[in-house]
Amino acid sequence: MLHRPQSTAEALDLLAMEGATIIAGGTDIFPAHVDRPPPKRLVDISRIPGLRGIRREGRALRIGAATTWTDIARADLPSAFDMLRQGAREIGAVQIQNRATIGGNLCNASPAADGVPPLLALDAQVELVSPRGARVLALDEFLIGNRRTARASNEIMTAILLRDDFVTARSTFRKLGARRHLVISIVMVAALLDIDSNNHVQTARIAVGAASAVARRLDGLEQRLVGARADNAIGDIVSTEDFGSLSPIDDLRATAAYRREAAAELVRRALVELTSARHE
Amino acid sequence: MNEATRRIALRINGEQRSLTGSGVERLSTVLREEFELKGTKIGCEAGDCGACTVLVDGEPVCACLVAVGQVEGAAIVTIEGVAAGTKSGARLLDAFHAAGAAQCGACTPGMIISAAALLDATPRPSDPEIDTALAGVLCRCTGYAKIFDAVHLAAADGAASADTGHGFVGERVARLDGRAKVEGREAFGADSIPRDALYLRAIRSPHHRARFLFGDLAAFRAGNPGVARILTADDIPGRNLHGVIPPFADQPVFAVGETRFKGEAIAAIIGARAAIDALDLSEFPVTWEAMPPALTIDEALSTDASLLHTTRTGNILVHGHVEKGDVTATQTPGLVSVDGEFETGFVEHAYIEPEAGFARRIGDRIEIAACTQAPYMDRDDVAAILGIAPEDVRIIPTAVGGGFGSKLDLSVQPYIAVAAWTMDHPVAMIYSRPESIATTTKRHPSRISSRISAGRDGKLAAIDFAADFNTGAYASWGPTVANRVPVHASGPYFVPNYRARTRAIHTNCAPSGAFRGFGVPQMAIAQEQLLDALAAQLEMDPLELRILNALAGDTPTATGQLLGEGIAFRQCLEALREPWRTARSEADAFNANARGPARRGVGVAGMWYGCGNTSLPNPSKIRIGLKPDGRFALHQGAVDIGQGSNTVITQIAASALGIGIEYFDLIGGDTDLTPDCGKTSASRQTFVTGRAAEAAARALRTVILRLANVSDVAEIKLDGARIEIVDKGRRHAIELSALRPDNYGYLLTAEESFDPPTTPLDAKGQGSPYALYGFGAHMAEIEVDIRLGTVKVRNIVAAHDVGRAINPTLLEGQIEGGVLQGLGLALMEEFHPGRGENLHDYLIPTIGDAPAIRTILIETPNAIGPFGAKGIGEQALIPTAPAIFNAIRHATGVVIHRAPATPDRLLAAIRRQQGG
Repeated sequence: MLHRPQSTAEALDLLAMEGATIIAGGTDIFPAHVDRPPPKRLVDISRIPGLRGIRREGRALRIGAATTWTDIARADLPSAFDMLRQGAREIGAVQIQNRATIGGNLCNASPAADGVPPLLALDAQVELVSPRGARVLALDEFLIGNRRTARASNEIMTAILLRDDFVTARSTFRKLGARRHLVISIVMVAALLDIDSNNHVQTARIAVGAASAVARRLDGLEQRLVGARADNAIGDIVSTEDFGSLSPIDDLRATAAYRREAAAELVRRALVELTSARHE
Repeated sequence: MNEATRRIALRINGEQRSLTGSGVERLSTVLREEFELKGTKIGCEAGDCGACTVLVDGEPVCACLVAVGQVEGAAIVTIEGVAAGTKSGARLLDAFHAAGAAQCGACTPGMIISAAALLDATPRPSDPEIDTALAGVLCRCTGYAKIFDAVHLAAADGAASADTGHGFVGERVARLDGRAKVEGREAFGADSIPRDALYLRAIRSPHHRARFLFGDLAAFRAGNPGVARILTADDIPGRNLHGVIPPFADQPVFAVGETRFKGEAIAAIIGARAAIDALDLSEFPVTWEAMPPALTIDEALSTDASLLHTTRTGNILVHGHVEKGDVTATQTPGLVSVDGEFETGFVEHAYIEPEAGFARRIGDRIEIAACTQAPYMDRDDVAAILGIAPEDVRIIPTAVGGGFGSKLDLSVQPYIAVAAWTMDHPVAMIYSRPESIATTTKRHPSRISSRISAGRDGKLAAIDFAADFNTGAYASWGPTVANRVPVHASGPYFVPNYRARTRAIHTNCAPSGAFRGFGVPQMAIAQEQLLDALAAQLEMDPLELRILNALAGDTPTATGQLLGEGIAFRQCLEALREPWRTARSEADAFNANARGPARRGVGVAGMWYGCGNTSLPNPSKIRIGLKPDGRFALHQGAVDIGQGSNTVITQIAASALGIGIEYFDLIGGDTDLTPDCGKTSASRQTFVTGRAAEAAARALRTVILRLANVSDVAEIKLDGARIEIVDKGRRHAIELSALRPDNYGYLLTAEESFDPPTTPLDAKGQGSPYALYGFGAHMAEIEVDIRLGTVKVRNIVAAHDVGRAINPTLLEGQIEGGVLQGLGLALMEEFHPGRGENLHDYLIPTIGDAPAIRTILIETPNAIGPFGAKGIGEQALIPTAPAIFNAIRHATGVVIHRAPATPDRLLAAIRRQQGG
């Protein structure tokens, strides 16, 4: 049975029923059921008013969990969010982006989820609602492993919360796959730089995906970048030690060693792109 | 209606429709099964292929990822409604048809729907916008080139109207079955299953090798009332064995006691579709005892390896051998030698249509409607399995959504045949994508070791070549690969001293079989890279080295065959000279100034390929009849798997008869209606069946002209009531009513066969294994990112000796599609047994990976092919991968010893090259 609740409260009641599974875009649920029937009880949260769309709340953005990647790619957002919009265009192809949701990408918690690095780099928080009320978790607290999250079985993710602290920051997303489109990432990088009027880095945010069970921020590198001159030499600041927190694996897509090396290269390129973009 | 179902209202193609369901059903399934909208194709049920793309409120989505209850009230447009339901749909249908953008047609509905969404929003899209809009739909046939053209054509509203001319040889006729394909009306294996059919699912081994014991089957059936029947080996009426080469038949329908590869079937359950689909097959009562498998050539050859088949010593299925001259000549002083070892992996055919079909029993006969490349071979094997006469099996080939060699082997046929036979009820089976990838044949992995020697003048002196092929658990086409490769391993070059040895080795992998080229593409990856190494040693231009050694009609092949007239390999290479020199110098200039990570390279590779079976008979027979309505029935049994035989054979027949194609009605490869045209394989249909069609049409023309007793130059016209013959200004009329129908119901009938003249190979592999060879050469321009190991193929120039271009549009389509499969082989495609049985782990190129492809058709007719034509299907793929690898070498100095050159492998090779 597919249920289409019209409110979060109704959805929570339905979710409490035996065997109930949340569906929004369906782009993860159906592929997981190719040789077997789909779950018998699906709770479709994609039509709940308020769960889809992007709303500004002061200096913050609230992205409904059921907002599709197409919605995000088409949204008019500040340049700090470019990496999120670019990432949106790299998730599957247009057929997937038209259905798949930002909340689904996070709740599915694939190590290769293209939405995660930009959101980590933006210090995203997620809002979870259960019958006992709402709670807000930092994204890095929410994602706890390969396809593991802090979401309790009676909780629904309702929103992704982002601060819009950056007026001048630019960001970029770089994805590497073995083919051009419609591909699971070998590795991907989201990077944000806020550069001051003296052309020095004020803030740096860098996250790497598909190179560990959960995408990681590169804290050490971010700190070292602060105060650096924003020019073409910025890539030289990146060192192999910056990637020590990653734990890539060998799989069908690439070796671990390659992932480490490619991640470093993509970070360098992202940084150079962000500094040169400033001079355009 | 039970409590879990309700009425769901949908707006489909502008009409209000409703169904009763729970709402969790996939929209793709509902469209096809509830509303009979079979134009929405199912290729993967995972959002990986895009074949099921429909519009929901104007936006393209994969219908397989939508629960039908989620789109209640939304406006849905399928291919059946795209002309009326979108602004650009009608133009796109015309443009796809006119441009030749549909080959097999399985991806076409999804492609057109996606393009309609694009053009409705962006009437004049840029190239990158087309790329992005169509990236979610995989096509395995076209190389995307003509799809791209079609979208531009539709945007410009420039689709030409109806074809003009007679459709004779040489004309760019739009494929005769094309309109049905673009409109989604073409019926593939899963599209004509009767509503009352029961469905069958196979119980398959989860282990590479295992012993198994059934549990209580009766109890399982009693506990699952939806299961109408369980079948095991005990239920097979005839022999539990099949194989495409009868002397090597070794594959059971259902394994007995032990399975030899992961996915091998041991049993089947049959029941109503909903009940069968709802079952968790892991609950089937069977106990598995996993056993140590041999997955690689080394494991299978090791002294302690178990034998997969007790009669095949050392797990060796077959040896191949060709030798001439003295190969120890490589030791002669003054010669320059290069050698190397090369490996390739399993490659999956990845056609968009998974195997499907249904069978029904009619009295003491069985009928099978399924996708296939080989109706008569299916007939004979099914007959043996059922223990009945071949004439009591009727194979009705459906449209085939891509084959590339794999649909030569049986897939669903034995299961549905045994089930329908024993239950006396129609039974259908549709492979899931994982089932298709796990259990059907693959391209043979290869391990090749080769040494090539030449004089200082660049003339080849000797080639010593050895290759082992991982042939998997059953013979399939392993013997063909092992025998074809030694004939071809000289490449299209003259070499006086030659030895090529091959082995096909059994492992516990899915059977390796036929895949576009039968081992020759793997061979070319090794040999053509070694030729570039040789050119480097000799400080010669790689293209000029090939021109210097190009095989000609008066130089013998490695098997001692003299090919005579109509050999245009040298012309293919010479056609590349101009683009080669320009591209090489541009790449060198680019690299000289390169500061970033991009390096450009240009590579070339040559190819030859014998059309038809290797030294074995492979006749085709064509029947043409004049019907009482004054039209011709063309019994065309060469299964069209997208390559275009329906159109090409008709063009040949029309030209030979002297009557336009519009007077022909095609009768397909139904074994009750149409003589045997053999298998669609080995690039033989245009050649062999085409030659039979030419002969039958000429014979019929002779019969017609004799009625009026006129000369051979007379013109034949038809008006439905009479044949009018105009000869030297004189008109003769023959009233159709004056002719009596024959046993076929035709007023006049001609039937002719053709079997290519070949000779057996002797103990040293000397002889004339093929009557006709195709030649070609590809030039690849690529860009390597030397810090990421990624490769972008920018341009391909493909020059092919096609003898005579029967239909240039279809030839280009074959070449463009072959190029992209070659690109996949080179850069991304590898199947790892037991892993990644889906189309997001197994990657084939998307539209964004497709290079610009320029085709150069070289026509030098020969006396053997119909109107001088040669085959193209396999020729098109063979040189692409080595041309790309040689371009990588030009860009980076790296030799690719292991295909595919994935980014991690290439980067590691670049690092080694740099001494890092």
